[in-house]
Amino acid sequence: MQRLSRRTILAAAPALAFGGPLVTAPARAAKQYGPGVTDTEIKIGNTAPYSGPASSYSTVGKCKTAFFNMLNAEGGINGRKINFISYDDGYSPPKTVEMVRKLVESDQVLFLFNTLGTPTNTAIHKYCNAKKVPQLFVATGATKWGDPEHFPWTMGYQPNYQSESRIYARYILEKHPNAKIGVLYQNDDYGKDYVRGFKDGLADKAKSMIVSELPYEVTDPTVDSQIVSLQSSGADLFFNVTIPKFAAQAIRKTAEIGWKPVHILNNVATSVGVTLKPAGLENAKGILSTFWFKDPTDPTWKDDAGYKQWLAFMDQWYPEGDKTDAANAYAYTVCQTLVQVLKQCGDELTRANIMKQASNIHDLALPMLLPGITVNTTPTDWYPVKQMQMARFDGTRWVLFGPVLTGAIG
Amino acid sequence: MTSEQDTTLFAPSGETRAAPQAARLSAGHWVLVGVVAIALVLPFVFQGFVVFQLTEVMIYGLAILGLNLLTGFNGQFSVGHGAFYGLGAYVTAIMMQRWGVPYYWTLPAAGAVCFVVGVLFGLPALRLQGLYLALVTFAAAVALPQLLKFGPLENWTGGVQGIVVDQPEAPAFLPISADQWLYYFTLVVLLVMFAGAANLVKSRSGRAIMAIRDHPIAAAAMGINAPLYKTLTFGVSALYTGVAGALGALAAQFVAPDSFSLFLSIYFLVGLILGGMGSLPGCLFGGLFVLYVPNIAQAVSRGLAGAVYGVIMLLVIFVMPSGAAGFTRLAWAYLSRRRSQ
Repeated sequence: MQRLSRRTILAAAPALAFGGPLVTAPARAAKQYGPGVTDTEIKIGNTAPYSGPASSYSTVGKCKTAFFNMLNAEGGINGRKINFISYDDGYSPPKTVEMVRKLVESDQVLFLFNTLGTPTNTAIHKYCNAKKVPQLFVATGATKWGDPEHFPWTMGYQPNYQSESRIYARYILEKHPNAKIGVLYQNDDYGKDYVRGFKDGLADKAKSMIVSELPYEVTDPTVDSQIVSLQSSGADLFFNVTIPKFAAQAIRKTAEIGWKPVHILNNVATSVGVTLKPAGLENAKGILSTFWFKDPTDPTWKDDAGYKQWLAFMDQWYPEGDKTDAANAYAYTVCQTLVQVLKQCGDELTRANIMKQASNIHDLALPMLLPGITVNTTPTDWYPVKQMQMARFDGTRWVLFGPVLTGAIG
Repeated sequence: MTSEQDTTLFAPSGETRAAPQAARLSAGHWVLVGVVAIALVLPFVFQGFVVFQLTEVMIYGLAILGLNLLTGFNGQFSVGHGAFYGLGAYVTAIMMQRWGVPYYWTLPAAGAVCFVVGVLFGLPALRLQGLYLALVTFAAAVALPQLLKFGPLENWTGGVQGIVVDQPEAPAFLPISADQWLYYFTLVVLLVMFAGAANLVKSRSGRAIMAIRDHPIAAAAMGINAPLYKTLTFGVSALYTGVAGALGALAAQFVAPDSFSLFLSIYFLVGLILGGMGSLPGCLFGGLFVLYVPNIAQAVSRGLAGAVYGVIMLLVIFVMPSGAAGFTRLAWAYLSRRRSQ
């Protein structure tokens, strides 16, 4: 869960250009309302871990509440205020089921928005699709959320693990076509998701290029022995699929034993403070990774208009929020995407139309997304953000380079 | 003798005391009939999700009953009953989704597995008393979520992703929803298991179990085989909680390591103490508390939900120091006294 949230945080920062949606609002048709909608209000449901083991992610929920407060103060959307009902599920799947059923059956929300966590969303996946309630822009990095054929009421948001590792695969094929690759991954769905996408990206070269592939368990004390084995396998490119604690160990050990591979680190562990400092900034120099939204701590964005817009929002509406926490940039961005969907819906605020409009977002640029990265969906492509940009750590901060890349599935 | 202290700690008010018999018994039966009658009607009064919540209340009540048999009646402490609950849930999920076994057969299996594990767990527990036993059970609760993610077991447990469980459908001839069906199914299981527990407690074995709680040395001196009863109680307790876990998997339609965190065990303990140690009906109050009070707390204040929860808990303990069961007993006694005056 830590991994998920960090992922959420990293994945999380775009913002929405209010003025600039490229999609024109549909002509006002006859009003059509689903549950939870009146001429003055739209009810939206949400669950987040305000208590319990994952409560550090509660800021995502609080930031969204602050966002809708701002939106309502500005007059809402087409004259309707957003009634954002967010319940605590403590990151416990049975509680999520209970709370979501309350939202749908008692509070009668129009749809669920950005419910947080992989196990918690899995628990309500079937329920939402059986009840035909949109489970929109879920806050998790797993790959399974973009499956309109089997789950036409559930849509993810951020770039998923497989997309990301396809980007690395493309980079490797282009820049290091003869690399001997060593992979270290966490032995669970997150690690395996990355490895699957990576191999898909390398396609038929995967077999010959990957010389060693070693798992570790979250319960392992260290990954030192895996690093030594990877070095002795003769690998000269290291794909590091680990959560921050193990990433730091791996980076440190790699330097200690004098192994100097091309080092690719998954986005999950890119935090300078949490991963790279403990590993030793000097040791981390030259490591490659990817990003998709503006890191609020990166001085590059100090004078950026989008960043300033986000900062103004934080100052006025969520002053108690942590401005170095990328999760708040994520929450801001995903809310702005929702605003776009609701604007597109016009007066046809039905559950079906929510999904229809959510799957017709075109080139939506948002203030906190990296320049060039836009939100795009089609009726068959349900991965809203799938572009990322590569970056290299220069010893103090991440420096973006190269073009914006797409690694999307399909 | 440390168990001296334990005795005072665990002695519930009244259960071992000779009750003022006949009149109270029949009144108790009428209350029971009334409660069951109300329980039968509830699913048609409330909408789906309230029925779901009530089902969960019964499930938590059953889990707390399991803990009560161990802690309330036998005086052995467990801070790890969430582990048995999780084990039962996984037995059901694996049997249903991996092996295609119908859901109703998974309940006895979950109970049996938990009974065996519970007995095995009870063996080392023989050497441990009070707080030490609490620590060991605590370890079980901490270990379970990690074991569920453990590589070699992943083919069965589904690792961190967990297992999605199909909701049992009502038999075709009954015109009720799946929620209502599960409610009645749970109600029947609950009544059967409560009846079993009530009989156990009233039986010779039950008296032996309580005697061990009240005074282990005296119990042993009277010829009670303490190790046997203690391990068996551990097994039966785990069985009850495991069956509750199995029902919980059916209700939530999903099991994952995150569903069975340490908090679950703590909540059971809270429910047990507030419901009333050594009281069977008190367990249902415990279930109500476990499910609804967090919701009430966050309705009062989301930011301070934890603090509100604590305040509610303090108030409940202050008003009902011997749990809901003790409170009811006192209120009943007070009312009868008033009437007779």
